[in-house]
Amino acid sequence: MMDEGTELSLTIAQIVQRLKATHLHSQIERQAKECLHRPEIQLESLKEDVRNFLKASGWERKLQNAVYRELHVQPLPSHPAAPPEHAKEPLAYMRKAQVNWEKRILKSLNSMCTELGVPLARKRPAVEQKELTNKWNEMGTDEPDLSRFRPVYAPKDFLEVLISLRNPNHDSSEEASAKSHWGLIQVPLHDRDIPQMREAYSELSLTTGQLGIDDHTHVPPDLFESEHTRIGKKVVNEQDSAAAQQYSRQGCPTGLRADLWALILNSTNEPEDVMHYEQLKAGVIHHDLLVDNLIYKDVKLTASNDDYYFVFEDFLYQVLLCFSRDTAVLEHFSYNSATPPKSYIQGKVGVEEFAVVYPPNGVIPFHGFSMYVAPLCFLYNEPSKLYSVFREMYVRYFFRLHSVSSSTSGIVSLCLQFERLLQTHLPQLFYHLREIGAQPLRIAFKWMVRAFSGYLSTDQLLLLWDRILGYDSLEIVAVLAAAVFAFRAENLMEVTSLTSAEAVLADLSTLKVMPLIQIFLFATVI
Amino acid sequence: MSKNKTAGYKGPYGYQKRREGDGRSCVRYKCGLTNTIQDVLRQRPGWMEVKDDGEWDFNWCDVGWLRENFDHSYMEEHVRICHFRNHYELTRKNLMVKNLKRYRKTLEREAGRIEASKCDFFPRTFELPSEYHLFVEEFKRSPGSTWIMKPVARSQGKGIFLFQKLKDIMDWKKDGSRSEEQRDETQVESYVAQRYIENPYLISGRKFDLRVYVLVTSYIPLKAWLYRDGFARFSSTRFSLTSIDDQYVHLTNVAVQKTAPDYDPEKGCKWQMQQLRRYLTARHGTETIEALFKDVDNIFVRSLQSVQKVIINDKHCFELYGYDILLDQDLKPWLIEVNASPSLTASSQEDYEMKCCLLEDTLHIVDMEGRLTGREKRVGGYDLMWNDGPVYREDVNLETLGSACFTANTHLGCVNDRKKQLRQLLKPFPSKKRI
Repeated sequence: MMDEGTELSLTIAQIVQRLKATHLHSQIERQAKECLHRPEIQLESLKEDVRNFLKASGWERKLQNAVYRELHVQPLPSHPAAPPEHAKEPLAYMRKAQVNWEKRILKSLNSMCTELGVPLARKRPAVEQKELTNKWNEMGTDEPDLSRFRPVYAPKDFLEVLISLRNPNHDSSEEASAKSHWGLIQVPLHDRDIPQMREAYSELSLTTGQLGIDDHTHVPPDLFESEHTRIGKKVVNEQDSAAAQQYSRQGCPTGLRADLWALILNSTNEPEDVMHYEQLKAGVIHHDLLVDNLIYKDVKLTASNDDYYFVFEDFLYQVLLCFSRDTAVLEHFSYNSATPPKSYIQGKVGVEEFAVVYPPNGVIPFHGFSMYVAPLCFLYNEPSKLYSVFREMYVRYFFRLHSVSSSTSGIVSLCLQFERLLQTHLPQLFYHLREIGAQPLRIAFKWMVRAFSGYLSTDQLLLLWDRILGYDSLEIVAVLAAAVFAFRAENLMEVTSLTSAEAVLADLSTLKVMPLIQIFLFATVI
Repeated sequence: MSKNKTAGYKGPYGYQKRREGDGRSCVRYKCGLTNTIQDVLRQRPGWMEVKDDGEWDFNWCDVGWLRENFDHSYMEEHVRICHFRNHYELTRKNLMVKNLKRYRKTLEREAGRIEASKCDFFPRTFELPSEYHLFVEEFKRSPGSTWIMKPVARSQGKGIFLFQKLKDIMDWKKDGSRSEEQRDETQVESYVAQRYIENPYLISGRKFDLRVYVLVTSYIPLKAWLYRDGFARFSSTRFSLTSIDDQYVHLTNVAVQKTAPDYDPEKGCKWQMQQLRRYLTARHGTETIEALFKDVDNIFVRSLQSVQKVIINDKHCFELYGYDILLDQDLKPWLIEVNASPSLTASSQEDYEMKCCLLEDTLHIVDMEGRLTGREKRVGGYDLMWNDGPVYREDVNLETLGSACFTANTHLGCVNDRKKQLRQLLKPFPSKKRI
């Protein structure tokens, strides 16, 4: 193990390295050069004066935000001798399971490709390019024949993989039945119990003001809401990433949320971001990818049929098609247990220089993928801004929901956390559901994989995602899933089959998430 | 045989016994429509449907019945009917515009230009053929503009089309050169030509309009309630001025959208008002959108004021209007039209529930059962918007009179916790003492 001092210097060195390559670096350099003309910069105290100038003009804050962002996407610190795959995922059996899963997905994709005779990628003829350019803002009006395409996988397929995970070093034969885990996930990962979460989520306690609770109609606004909004405005003015993240724990006011989230994610809409987006768009125009059809199909099947999100259909294509072509996304694979599928130029299989990642961003969409983007359309309507925010949310959070890893925000941990919470605090319910063949995870899994998008009403979903950003963790999603079961426990005790259990939990659109989470975390008798 | 009870009496369902005291303890209703209103009336405790020519206490009729029977019906004092005799002064497009123009002129004369400009919420409109020449003048003043032609008396988007060239509306040309014979033969239907709003506010490239419900229980004095729920109706295709023939792009009426080739009834093309308000607030901020909704309130009040002196006020009448409002890109709301018989047919389960609640609350306000004191500022999802003067959220009394800040008592697109409010409101208590 490295000592803390070395670890810190290593992290700093890594961040400096990464930031050196960014536009921000050149901007700050230029600012520093130009400020030399200013009268307040004296030769005797050059370094000090330039530093003060950068601070006063807001550039230091921008740098702080950039550093803060890098800290979020750093791979876990590890031993210098550890191979890079340990940064992706420390546990060998998880890595193996992920690799096998990826093989299956790729096989499915390749066979669809062969079956349909559609190439993985194809350059568009000029006529088609022109047509697409004209139709860019209304791709939803297109009705291509998608009947032959199937989603590569659906969440329930992934669930089966997770259920079959086993740690070969773990001997479960000795455990007494009372202590054994009743749920479907059978891996011994560590998670937090309610007392620990009470400390971690202290801002959600019963005595702290919350948006989603204390902005309710009968609560006078001067008790919490007005002051909270005033602070929010201040945070946005200060342009402070870290402050915005802390602030978001108590919820973001509707009118400030777009700015606050962009701040937390350090998502800018500078000319270079717009240009990057335009380049991706050009990529979409020039080449047609097989995955594009999967995206079209997914949008048509999910978001377009949603009462709230159908309006944003065109935005979803504009974001997701570009997303597939964005090689900048490949960076996140250094800390993602997944590995992008590689294809080799003919005849050069195994030779790395001739490897091509497919799709270019390494992410194969699955059924429901577009629902990660849909709620964001509510906040941003400029495609490049929307894209920038979505991409950052994906590389920080969403990727963990569909890859096998031991991360505390990973889907495996969330499932385990959910089951453990239920077993510990609602044992009677869990037992009953198990007996009737309705394992709770089978119902809750689809909610968690999508971070509840499409299941909750939009305003409630955004309040939940406020906390995901605020606590930089998806753990709250598992807590909410357990809280939903707790809320509907009475009805669930009456059901006698999986189908009727699903019916009780089919409609979550009227739920208020913050009261549910608050009560579950802070009012459950331990 | 029941006798007149004192005002404080509230029976098991809070019935007010009929004043003539002829022993009926239920409300007899007549209903000319076969949609949501039927269900709501049937489920109301103590209300019974009368058939054919039976005597009724309450009539939810259609405008056709009204036209034929109102003048010949004698209604006792307690009887209520859901339309005003000459509602068309507000709801027929040409008359509405005429009344608004006249009201605006009066306002300008009496209160100045700024006050009159508060009435500039309807696009330039001309009745054809009668105002054909005035229209042509305006048309020539704005070359390249798009206009929309609407028949004055039809609904559901029928007969509407867009045009950019005068030749498209030759039939409505008022021309002395047409022979007597020609004029008698082809009696053209009355239309209005209205400046088309070319920069509507779009969400994800789609145009939408707002349907809002306003209940008027009296014109003199003017008493109007605004319902918190409503919806935004989206056109199923993307907005573009290049295809003015494509009525599916431009007309957002659900009735028209239903016939569009890619209409998917499962999809639904409506957002609840709350959803829209939240979206707009997220995009533009709280203050901007509060100002927008204040402008929307202004439309309701002024449009009602413009017909206040024209409508035959009758204490038996109340009317539920469906207002169609369009937003432009500058977030200015425009009045498109007012419907006296807003569609009560439900397009989805959610829509059905909303309309049921709307109608239930309408009946609560009409208050055949005599449960209200008449001093309420809110009943279920309705907020009292105008009561012979603006109604404020804050209680106006000697102490607060000095303070400058009064907010209007409207909550369009806000949380509608009507069940809770009704439970508190309609609680029967033995007597109400005022100290």
